[in-house]
Amino acid sequence: MSFDLLLLTLAAAVRLSTPLILCAMAGLLSERSGIIDIGLEGKMLAAAFAAAATAAVTASAWLALACGIATATAMALVHGYACITQRGNQVVSGVAINLLASGLTIVLGSYWFQQGGQTPLLSAGRFRPIELPGRSLLDPMPVLGPVYRYLVSGHNLIVYLALVSVPLTHWLVHRTRFGLRLRAVGDNPQAVDTAGISVAWLRYRAVLLCGLLTGVAGTYVSIAQNAGFSRDMTAGQGFIALAAMIFGKWRPYPALGACLLFGLLDAVAIRLQGVRVTGIGQVPVQLVQALPYALTVLLLAGFIGKAVAPKASGIPYVKEH
Amino acid sequence: MSPRADLPRWADIGLIPLANVLLAFIAAGLIVLAIGQNPFDAVAIMLDGALGSPEGLGYTLYYATNFVFTGLAVAIAFHAGLFNIGGEGQAYIGGLGVGLLLLRFDHSLTWGPLLPLATLAALLFGAAWASIPAWLQAYRGSHVVITTIMFNFLASSLMVYLMVNVLNQHGATNPETREIAASATLPFIHQILAGLGIPMVHTPLNLSILLAALASVFVWVYVWHTPWGYELRTVGQSERAALYAGVRPRRVIVATLCMSGALAGLVGVNEIMGVQHRLLLNFNAGYGFTGIAVALMGRSHPLGVALASVLFGILTQGGAELAFEIPAIDRDMVTVIQGLVILFSGALAHLSRPWLEALFALASRRTAALRSAE
Repeated sequence: MSFDLLLLTLAAAVRLSTPLILCAMAGLLSERSGIIDIGLEGKMLAAAFAAAATAAVTASAWLALACGIATATAMALVHGYACITQRGNQVVSGVAINLLASGLTIVLGSYWFQQGGQTPLLSAGRFRPIELPGRSLLDPMPVLGPVYRYLVSGHNLIVYLALVSVPLTHWLVHRTRFGLRLRAVGDNPQAVDTAGISVAWLRYRAVLLCGLLTGVAGTYVSIAQNAGFSRDMTAGQGFIALAAMIFGKWRPYPALGACLLFGLLDAVAIRLQGVRVTGIGQVPVQLVQALPYALTVLLLAGFIGKAVAPKASGIPYVKEH
Repeated sequence: MSPRADLPRWADIGLIPLANVLLAFIAAGLIVLAIGQNPFDAVAIMLDGALGSPEGLGYTLYYATNFVFTGLAVAIAFHAGLFNIGGEGQAYIGGLGVGLLLLRFDHSLTWGPLLPLATLAALLFGAAWASIPAWLQAYRGSHVVITTIMFNFLASSLMVYLMVNVLNQHGATNPETREIAASATLPFIHQILAGLGIPMVHTPLNLSILLAALASVFVWVYVWHTPWGYELRTVGQSERAALYAGVRPRRVIVATLCMSGALAGLVGVNEIMGVQHRLLLNFNAGYGFTGIAVALMGRSHPLGVALASVLFGILTQGGAELAFEIPAIDRDMVTVIQGLVILFSGALAHLSRPWLEALFALASRRTAALRSAE
């Protein structure tokens, strides 16, 4: 494989990882507070639709981003209300969010745009690739030039946002007072309550942050990575992100690593489509695409290290009188 | 806090689920209203489309057959305190089992002897696909919700691989196997009725609906009238208590989840042997997820599951009719209603309880006041 091809594949991997990274950080914040979220997929899908619809009407990428975030946050609040205030089953609520998003995007989409659930193809109102400064300066250099041109520069804003979200999440969870309390509330909510801190308010804030990040992820999928919304376009990436978060053992940097790995697998699978490799023959692309799920199951089974979820995750908190 | 009374048993079993479903339908009605349509007209069209003609009824019951299988699958796991989201994948693999069996034997056997074999294949393949998450949950402590989600995607990848690379005999863009010999497929209900001299329009409804009835009775007997069912429910109440009572929870967990997968696998009999008559992609079409709504709505009781299945059959068939009559309402409205039912009957199940309790407290104080006045 030539060096340029390698770089192009890696750059594709970064772009494919972007929604995974944002959703994995979203899920991490929610689950660290004790709220299981299998509705990442649904929130991302709803945000993708809201962003594409807004961009189609207003031609403004920034308004689209705002609407995407608002929609995902609203759905996160539904999840929060069901799980925190009503103490409902968190998995059931997540399933409901996913189905609601899958159905509502099509019902509203075909009502508004009459294209069978798709939004019009966008020409304006998208996040475009950005040229980072200094490209012309580095371009003539042998290795650094192509690396900078293909891999570092030339992505759109949300790709960089996603990469920044990881150290931010790490800082928030591991270096701030809020983060300390967040981790405490996910492991031992009684202790947090005893210290006079509201369990519900902490968890609501975590769920809201989760909505914010899934909103950005959805916006990326529909108006940065693609030029419009189509039916179920997030295609299970919310679940891959969930897998990546578990694979990273609920920690930001390892989760980032898992997202990049899964993104790379996806990029390689796309490259290998229909390609014959000497000695192997045609590579079954489905096998490569199934790897994230298989690896996560192996990890959960304890065959690759051990993944331990926050102790109180999935358990509604009942204040004792 | 307003004064509350404990709800009488009939209200707990009958009224609360009804109130929850009502809330879900009110929310759905508001959405229909928001897209400028009359919700009452929509309901009328749906009911007429699903129940107003023999054709509609046939489709409704055909959908309901699948929902009974996946609904029972979720329900039996619920009784053991387990959440099987993997119905989707288990149904897919169950269908694979049925398809492979029929493709091998359809020229040598007729549907009569093939039906028990196909049922067995569906049960075994479904159970096998559930067995790994089951074992991991019981012996390695991996959360069954996450592993069954992963296994849905694995099933989907496996089926695409098999259909594209191994089983595709047409070389067509839409991968599917050859058609199964007509003598080996399940008789449609309209064929049976025609044999009895009763004419009926062609619908996909077939003999599998009897299998669904049998499966419901089996679950009812197993869960409430056998020692294994008693153990299953004990584990669902408290694993620790079950352990002290001499039950081995791990074995119960594995057995229950395998049974759950087997029930979901039966979708394959209805779809592959009954309707599609060939192996193809995506014949599981979301039935696994609807099963969650069905189980929640039917409160995990076979009778409730059957009723909820018919309701979702009505919604699915009526929804198609609705989209045809009022193009502004997409047939995905049914998915929205499913989501709302899961939300209100599942995650928000306690939303209506305080109101009803307050209502009952008020009523009982009234009667007490009347009594003392006498």
